[in-house]
Amino acid sequence: MNEQPQTPDAPAEPSRRRWLGTAGKILGLVAAAEFAGVAVAFLWPRRSRRDEEASATVTCGPVDEFTPHSVTAFPAGRFYLVRLADGGFLALSRTCTHLGCTVPWDEAKGRFVCPCHASAFDIAGDVLSPPAPRALDLHPVRIENGVVRVDSGRAIQRQRFELSQEVYL
Amino acid sequence: MTARHRKRHPVADPLNTPREEHRREAAVPSSPVAAPAPAATVRNGSDKKRGGFANLILHIHPRQVPVAALRLDRTLGLGGAAVALFFVLVATGVLLLFAYEPSPASAYGSIQALRRDVLFGDFIRNIHHWSGNLLLVVTVLHLLRVFFTGAFRPPRALNWIVGLALLLLGVASNFTGYLLPWDQLAYWAVTISTGMLDYLPLAGRWLQTLVRRGPDIGPATLATFFALHIAILPILTVFLMMFHFWQVRKAGGVILPTADPAGPRPAMMPVSPHLTRREGAAALALLAAVCLLAALSDAPLEAQANPGMSPNPAKAPWYFMGLQELLIHFHPVMAVFVLPLLAVAVLVALPYLRYDGPPSGRWFHSPRGALLARVAAGVALAVTPLAILADEWLPGLRTLLPRAPELLLDGVLPLALLVAVGAATFALLRHRGFSLHEIVQAFGAAGVVMLLVLTTIGIFCRGQGMALVWPWAGHLPPP
Repeated sequence: MNEQPQTPDAPAEPSRRRWLGTAGKILGLVAAAEFAGVAVAFLWPRRSRRDEEASATVTCGPVDEFTPHSVTAFPAGRFYLVRLADGGFLALSRTCTHLGCTVPWDEAKGRFVCPCHASAFDIAGDVLSPPAPRALDLHPVRIENGVVRVDSGRAIQRQRFELSQEVYL
Repeated sequence: MTARHRKRHPVADPLNTPREEHRREAAVPSSPVAAPAPAATVRNGSDKKRGGFANLILHIHPRQVPVAALRLDRTLGLGGAAVALFFVLVATGVLLLFAYEPSPASAYGSIQALRRDVLFGDFIRNIHHWSGNLLLVVTVLHLLRVFFTGAFRPPRALNWIVGLALLLLGVASNFTGYLLPWDQLAYWAVTISTGMLDYLPLAGRWLQTLVRRGPDIGPATLATFFALHIAILPILTVFLMMFHFWQVRKAGGVILPTADPAGPRPAMMPVSPHLTRREGAAALALLAAVCLLAALSDAPLEAQANPGMSPNPAKAPWYFMGLQELLIHFHPVMAVFVLPLLAVAVLVALPYLRYDGPPSGRWFHSPRGALLARVAAGVALAVTPLAILADEWLPGLRTLLPRAPELLLDGVLPLALLVAVGAATFALLRHRGFSLHEIVQAFGAAGVVMLLVLTTIGIFCRGQGMALVWPWAGHLPPP
């Protein structure tokens, strides 16, 4: 085994010592990872389910208040309630899917135009011109007793507009 | 490293002091009792004479430096300027802490109150603002000085990387400070910049949520940025700065043109007062310039942040404008992830390439290297704006390949083109007999000019809806 000459000052490390050293290092790394995990968990956004549900549902009003092919802004919920020409409802997030700017509705041009990088979306939220990579996010819409309610706490990502996304009375 | 250090040590010791130093310290008798350690004796004696200030300085500087290292064109005083600005930032930042309230409800009002009610409130805020921005400019110039004098190569390789980390900390400090006034400028610049994180593959959305501490910029974001800005980043910066200085000393000080080994030893000068006075004068001149700037020009403060209304155009902070400009031309994954990652990888790998010989320590390595760098910079200066205009006005690949995915057209193909052109240029220059150092330097010059052009166009030539406009039209009020 020991073919190499060894000086008395530097004996081969006993395997037990080496094992303990390695184990110590691994435990140290685990401890460091745990502390990092604790730090990330500490910094992770706090979320209280009850608060969210209570504040996130926005009551928009009776269905008849919204004429077909109209866009109504709800600043408190940070969304637009859209009634398409066929009478279906969509709640569009006002956050641009490109970099998160707020997109205003341009009534004259009939499209949403992002002021930051000139992305444009049609009335159903579909991308008309890039750089936006996908259609505006949706919020779930419920119609109860003829009143439109939107859960603004939940955003649904989508690639493009599909008829199945519309909600009818 | 260690062997080198040990070998150098006796040379740096006062035993070897040239004549001037001997004359100054002739009055200090060196005790024969301490003969085994004469160096220590001399140091003790001179320490008493020098006093506290010089002793402190001599922890950062050696006792003497080569006369050649004192010349202004060696360093342009840029590293020292960065240190001076850091101290100005700490001093003014501490004052601002007494006025600022870090919550969305009161942040903007506290800045307004500072400007309205506090004597010199505006002045201190302006100094902080201008020093913070100047610090980034000075740090980048310092990096360029180090690059173009060849000081990024071993034995200074580790310090080059430490310097890159310090630049990163500088950018992070500036960026976290950007949000604190909670005005429209701050809110949307940070929205856009953190919006870019969403495009990082795999962990992008997770990282964005962690940075914003929620889906949008809100109270938690402000609290996070405030803690980073006033505590975590400055502390990290101080530690890394100390390490940076120590590494400079360990490498034997500022890089100098390599002397003829057979020639006479370079002339030396004591650091105190010859270097310390120069540094003091430079720092005071810089302070005067910053005060003048602060007196003449106010730091911006727009209307209070309004999450419901993005300003048009909404722009990232100026130092991210190059990135935002890339984002207009390339696929987001490319602009936000691939290109920056490539740039960082190249910068980190730079010292460890196999160069043909040691760095000459001269500006631009050699006259031929200087010429090549100038040509590369000129080409980049001409090609970058043309490429931007071509991308804006020419129909592009989309007409040829109408059904190809975005990532291919705006990402993979342009990258392949860039790499191919780069590789061909490299092969050609190598064939022409340029050394690797000269070629790397030329690419560096071209890269810097490209970034500069992109940033300039992003800041001055992007108007409403990020459309290209003339710089003088960009600041007109919307019609």
